[in-house]
Amino acid sequence: MNHSELMTPCCTRCRHTAATPCADVIACVDHGPICHEEDACRQERAARLERARRGGDGMLLYVGAGTCGRANGALTVIEKMNAYFERRGLRVPIIETGCVGYCQREVFVDLVTADGVRLSYCDLSPETTDEFLQTMFGDGQLHNRFLLGRYDDPDDLYRGVTPIGDTPFFARQTKVVLANCGVIDPASLDAALAAGGFRAAAKALATMTPAEVCDEVIASGLRGRGGAGFPTGRKWKVAYDQARSQKYLICNADEGDPGAFMDRAVLESDPFRIVEGMLIAAYAIGATRGYVYCRAEYPLAIERLSEAIRQCRAAGLLGRNIFGALVDFDITIKMGAGAFVCGEETAILASIEGGRGMPRPRPPYPAVSGLHGCPTVLNNVETLANVPAVLDKGADWFRGLGYGEAAGTKVFALSGRVRNTGLVEVPVGIPLREVVYDIGGGAPAGHHIKAVQIGGPSGGCIPDEYLDVATDYGTLQELGAMMGSGGMVVMDERSCMVDVAKFFMEFIRGESCGKCTPCREGTTRMYEILSELTERPVGDDLRRLERFRGILHLEELAETVKETSLCGLGQSAANPVLSTLRFFRDEYEAHVMESECPAGACTGLRVFDIDPELCTGCALCAKNCPSGAILGKRKFAHSIIVDRCTGCGACADSCPKQAVLAVA
Amino acid sequence: MIVVTTAEAIIAARQEKPTREQMIPLLQEIQAAEGFISPEAMFLVAEALETPVSRIYGVATFYNQFRFAPLGEHVIELCRGTACHVKQSLALAQHLKRRLKLRDDGNSADGRYTVISVACLGACSIAPVVKLDGEFYGHLTTEKLDGLLDEVEAANDEAAA
Repeated sequence: MNHSELMTPCCTRCRHTAATPCADVIACVDHGPICHEEDACRQERAARLERARRGGDGMLLYVGAGTCGRANGALTVIEKMNAYFERRGLRVPIIETGCVGYCQREVFVDLVTADGVRLSYCDLSPETTDEFLQTMFGDGQLHNRFLLGRYDDPDDLYRGVTPIGDTPFFARQTKVVLANCGVIDPASLDAALAAGGFRAAAKALATMTPAEVCDEVIASGLRGRGGAGFPTGRKWKVAYDQARSQKYLICNADEGDPGAFMDRAVLESDPFRIVEGMLIAAYAIGATRGYVYCRAEYPLAIERLSEAIRQCRAAGLLGRNIFGALVDFDITIKMGAGAFVCGEETAILASIEGGRGMPRPRPPYPAVSGLHGCPTVLNNVETLANVPAVLDKGADWFRGLGYGEAAGTKVFALSGRVRNTGLVEVPVGIPLREVVYDIGGGAPAGHHIKAVQIGGPSGGCIPDEYLDVATDYGTLQELGAMMGSGGMVVMDERSCMVDVAKFFMEFIRGESCGKCTPCREGTTRMYEILSELTERPVGDDLRRLERFRGILHLEELAETVKETSLCGLGQSAANPVLSTLRFFRDEYEAHVMESECPAGACTGLRVFDIDPELCTGCALCAKNCPSGAILGKRKFAHSIIVDRCTGCGACADSCPKQAVLAVA
Repeated sequence: MIVVTTAEAIIAARQEKPTREQMIPLLQEIQAAEGFISPEAMFLVAEALETPVSRIYGVATFYNQFRFAPLGEHVIELCRGTACHVKQSLALAQHLKRRLKLRDDGNSADGRYTVISVACLGACSIAPVVKLDGEFYGHLTTEKLDGLLDEVEAANDEAAA
């Protein structure tokens, strides 16, 4: 829905337009009209609000079509549904919604019945759509194998159906940031308004001073959710205190951590929340221009956010004299160009200014001197997504959400070897074990969890024995990990921890900007050492000695890189190495001393052998071998030269007689 | 007759003289239109921004997004994120390299395919993931990947016939 009904005048007495803003425009959405008494207008506004809340009149469908919904065939599901309804002459509008977080069970389809109850169905796919349609609309069977739960049902019309909040995946979650995701139409300002959008912004701009807004956020205990965890309100206060006329607010939507997709989901599913958060932040610090730096790999997020900004401008929620409070603010989207380091504050500044994304030394901190030398606050998407709720419900409420001293919630992207992958939002301080086992469902059958990697390439691995740790900034740091942006990858016995360290080091070294020597040289050298560990030590004794020496230096090298790198990327580059060395030293020792990979994951340590009894001499293996390590005459048994073998397994894959086996 | 290249058209379409802040957006637009950044395009951008071309080169080569050779007919984006790695995406990468005989620049020997390793596609729940010509495919194995490529090849053969 491109046109906002809720922001449209109810009659000629209503004066709000983008050019002539009214301070009560948001209050009017809930209980207007305020400036005049008129029953017809009251009824009209109430009808509009109800329509916006439902998504339309009558029966309709919501289909989860965020990036992962689409990856599971959501658009094809929608196509089939539309075709089905057309064939039968039925009019059932289908709304694309975002991601509800239960990615494991996608595609999600929600039905809003004629009496306004919302029922949620999952496990749909292009293949099962016909069955679903026949059951639901052909047979009229709303209770079927796809049904997961129900949303608000004030008259208890479907009392046999579990409330969605009580289903195992959602029962222990506390949705603040994700409250609207997968529920509302992300392309509709009205849907966002009906869900409570811009209440907080109106309250802040119309009834609070910028200093009061900063103080409220400080009191709430909200910390940066991008990884560093700096107190958000304090950062705002620094920028607020600067006596400069031009200030900037930048939303960091670069989300470079592999395995993290929380920000993507929020941008795709509830973009108006981010606009509102940015508006409040900009008001607090005195910024008139805002940027969203979003990675180019998120085209749907950029599309949704662009549309949200456009609709907000049309409604006067962005632009000049917002709410008549003499506040000017507008947002430009800047697309990232593929650089992990551009998730770092000062690198974003360099990139926006038009250059290589290379960090600069701090101080000066961006809040004092940032974009074009002006005071600039950079906040992560999730941080900003919390701001409206903090202003709306208050600092005390937000503080109360966390366990103990912790404040608020954190969204985690749970993936890897776990039953329920998806996005989970939990109170800060919840035991990690609860997230992985109770919400995540634990390891798939027949496997056991070895470690949970948390914090992306800057983070660390927590072994199963330590999973009772509270997911809080300080407690995770004590274990050598960090909260990070929210990426949480579960690993089972099939993962080799040395390989994991090597994987992250390869990534970091590729993404190092190259400016400072410790990071540029240190990450390369650490990667080389780890690579040698995961390959068999062929060659002469000098080479083997070098390999051994590398291990002895690894820890010292890691500490040096950590202490002396210019920016956060380098300073945390060594974390995966240090973390795995701390808890999985025995795996490193097996790789060094015995050239063995206990998990069986390091292909470079494999040795293959051909069973001469089974080999028919077809030479397929020799043809596929990338290292020329297989010799033999046609029709005679072939053999593998161990010293040339890199363990890739192409031979085993191509042998029609299963004569090639890994022996080490 | 004056022949205007796409890059020239893109630069000319800008209302005002582009500033340094426009460098990356310009390069992104040019790549979206032409598929890659050619040396000619870099010189044009340098001229428009009144900046040495070495600057443009430095910026373009810094970011992973920019390519300097044309794309193949079919583009395969292979996810090498953490969750996909844990689910053996490295084996898929090695398999693609072998089957398509990939060169160092990611293009297949016959120029038909380009394979790009992406740090994370954000679809971790269906790991390991590949995007083939813009469509996502998840829960992949080397067998399933072969199946996909076989289908692509069959379609190519049909089109050629």
